[in-house]
Amino acid sequence: MIAKKGDWVQIYFIGLNPEQRASNLPEDTRRVPLEIRIKGFLLNDEAKIGDTVKIETPVGREVEGKLEEIYPEYKHNFGKPVIELLQVGKQLREMIEGDQE
Amino acid sequence: MRDMSYDAVMSRKNEIMKKSVGVDYTKYEVEGIAFDYEEMMKDAGYTIDEIRKIQLETGVGNTPLVELKNINKLIKKISPKGKGARIFVKDEATNPSGSFKDRRASVSAYRAKIQGYKGVMAATSGNYGAAVASQASKRGLRSIIVQECFDSKGVGQPEILEKARACEAYGAEVVQLSVGPELFYYFLVLLEETGYFNASLYTPFGIAGVETLGYEIAEQSMNQFGKYPDAVVITHAGGGNLTGTARGLKKVGAVNTKIIGASVDLHGLHMASDNDFNKKSFTTGHTGFGIPFATFPDRSDVPRNAARPLRYMDEYVLVTQGEVFYITEMLANIEGMQRGPAGNTSLAAAFALAMEMDEDQIIVVNETEYTGAGKLPSAQLTFAKENGIEIKFGDPIKEDIPGKNIVLPDHPSKVGVIKYPLEKLRKSYIKELKKRYGKTEFSEKELKFIAEDLRISTEEVKKLIEEVL
Repeated sequence: MIAKKGDWVQIYFIGLNPEQRASNLPEDTRRVPLEIRIKGFLLNDEAKIGDTVKIETPVGREVEGKLEEIYPEYKHNFGKPVIELLQVGKQLREMIEGDQE
Repeated sequence: MRDMSYDAVMSRKNEIMKKSVGVDYTKYEVEGIAFDYEEMMKDAGYTIDEIRKIQLETGVGNTPLVELKNINKLIKKISPKGKGARIFVKDEATNPSGSFKDRRASVSAYRAKIQGYKGVMAATSGNYGAAVASQASKRGLRSIIVQECFDSKGVGQPEILEKARACEAYGAEVVQLSVGPELFYYFLVLLEETGYFNASLYTPFGIAGVETLGYEIAEQSMNQFGKYPDAVVITHAGGGNLTGTARGLKKVGAVNTKIIGASVDLHGLHMASDNDFNKKSFTTGHTGFGIPFATFPDRSDVPRNAARPLRYMDEYVLVTQGEVFYITEMLANIEGMQRGPAGNTSLAAAFALAMEMDEDQIIVVNETEYTGAGKLPSAQLTFAKENGIEIKFGDPIKEDIPGKNIVLPDHPSKVGVIKYPLEKLRKSYIKELKKRYGKTEFSEKELKFIAEDLRISTEEVKKLIEEVL
């Protein structure tokens, strides 16, 4: 997929490499870089995923990074039905049944 | 070209902060660790009337105080005879962006506007980002929200992703970072680049913004049942909610209302650990903030933190993740109020405490927050299961192991609290002074300040110092 100028995209870049990170980090965090993701409007005429591009963010900043997603989607959701939670409601309703005003 | 390395930027911290907050903190310095807290609050904050006016302009505040009638019936049913206080909840989810954080953000956005800043910035993964973005939008300002959002595999918690979505909906630029305290470094980089106002959670005006919450609780309580609440339970993270609410209550005259802080117990999970990041189901309102911010308030992003919870807290209790999800389900199912889980931390604590309190007593839960995709127990428990966390029924207080399981009470009577002694927090506060400043000896003025900060006598401070150092 090719992104065109003005498309809403997400870029990715490294803020700090592992050796540039703060000194007081736990071991697992110190091993990995500090990564940054920002969304904005593509300023390049054309680009594909993985290209280094410039974007204009909603506040008007120009930021450079690797093109990661085009029209990034919100993927979080309401989750699956959780059988345990369904039982909570059932038990509590039975306990106060007939008591509601 | 300025040096943008971690150390160079951090060393410019004070200079950057001064420009971005517009408060000369040196005015309030007294001696050593001591500063004049009340003078700072008076001078750099606003009166309750001024804040109410500012908040009215953007539709913040005047939220309802709601009795949880069915939950209260349930409490009566399972409490010993004569016990079972009535719980009322301050429904802060009715604020513009859906949480009490609008109160805090409203004043910062107002302040930024009158001082001529073009935009506001906040570093937060919580509701505060949405509040700042929403209030900025109302005042015609731009906003940048910097979030700790993903682990190194690019996986983010549904709750944080939802808040990012909310911020973007209000027109903010959202900068999403992987795990690490260097969030603050990048926040400074952006403040320097943009010259925006730092809508820190910890400025005097940010805290003054929450005072109206306590003020309204006292007023509504007096109007509705002719007395101030016996206790107010407040979810405690960075300390601003507790400090502001308590100050507001006291300003009206509710000086005998017990102030109870409540956090979710996340002991054993490191706040800066890439591995632990997605094993936490709570991104705020937990001990990872609650304890460090109570014991060393000046760890914040401003030179002097206006949120100083130990000045006001009468009791500190911990609840477990499972209890909060359970109570969230209870609130939705039998009370008809679907509200976000983090805000229900204090409700879980109140439920347990009500069973110990007398039946003629009144306990107020000081907030609720909006909920939606990502913030629901179903979203978070699905995510927890995917991350190998065991979900089960049982006795949460006895069986809870943060990062390993989430224990839902098998009966409402199993909702309990772990009482965390204030003495322990005060001792840690003294230890932090040694750790941070290398202080082992204190002047008379410093002792007086510590006494005020810990709400004990100078004699007791001296005793604590002897015991700890």
